[in-house]
Amino acid sequence: MSIRRRDLIKAGSSAIALLSLPLPVRGAVATLLAEDFGTRSIIEDRVRLRVPALAENGNSVPLDVSVDSPMSANDFVQALHIYAEKNPEPRVAKMRFFPGSGKAEISTRIRFSDSQVIVAVAEMSDGSLWSASGKTIVTIAACVDQIL
Amino acid sequence: MMINARIAIPSSATRGDLVQIKTLVSHPMESGYRYDAMGIRIPQNILKHFRCEYLGHAVFEMEFGPAVAANPFLTFFFRATESGALRFIWRDQNGEQSIIEREIHVTDEGN
Repeated sequence: MSIRRRDLIKAGSSAIALLSLPLPVRGAVATLLAEDFGTRSIIEDRVRLRVPALAENGNSVPLDVSVDSPMSANDFVQALHIYAEKNPEPRVAKMRFFPGSGKAEISTRIRFSDSQVIVAVAEMSDGSLWSASGKTIVTIAACVDQIL
Repeated sequence: MMINARIAIPSSATRGDLVQIKTLVSHPMESGYRYDAMGIRIPQNILKHFRCEYLGHAVFEMEFGPAVAANPFLTFFFRATESGALRFIWRDQNGEQSIIEREIHVTDEGN
């Protein structure tokens, strides 16, 4: 039986689809997530994370994160954890929100020691976990510079 | 610890409004992962914790890792309910605190 061109193309594109699947939880971050949340499931939804695709300077990269939540007295975002797997200390920051926060949305600036994936995990008041990730390529990394 | 912080917050808001706060603090956030020209490690010097209280209750808290950039910039929200005080409390790695207070005037819609 001969191999048809369309089958080859199909096989090729599914291989590409497999490779391009988001894989935010690998290596250091996977270990940290297991430490922080055990075997609880984390669903990739409800969190929006924005980092620039390319940052010239890893010393100060803008990071915006927002979590979809009514922020009512009994349904709100309790905590937001930020991880950068390749940083010497991958735990970047942890925020706490309250019903009085009104909205779980933050902007800040962080350091990247290398091009990498950044992961945000939101912990809701009902204990459910939600996440988002983003990737930034840095041309000049933080942490390695000397004071001259 | 005396902190040099700029806080951007409206002086008044309508009851029920979501209010955005922007803070910019002058701090080196020395990560502890850098070396000077002599090859000597520069000791870590970072802010560890920030808390914003509105009418005596926390509305936002943040724990800083060394990956937070120098001169930390931060924006967050709270919901305005009553006129009153906002307290901004920073704590560094030595446990020293710095507190700044602001007032917000909350009015009813249409006023």
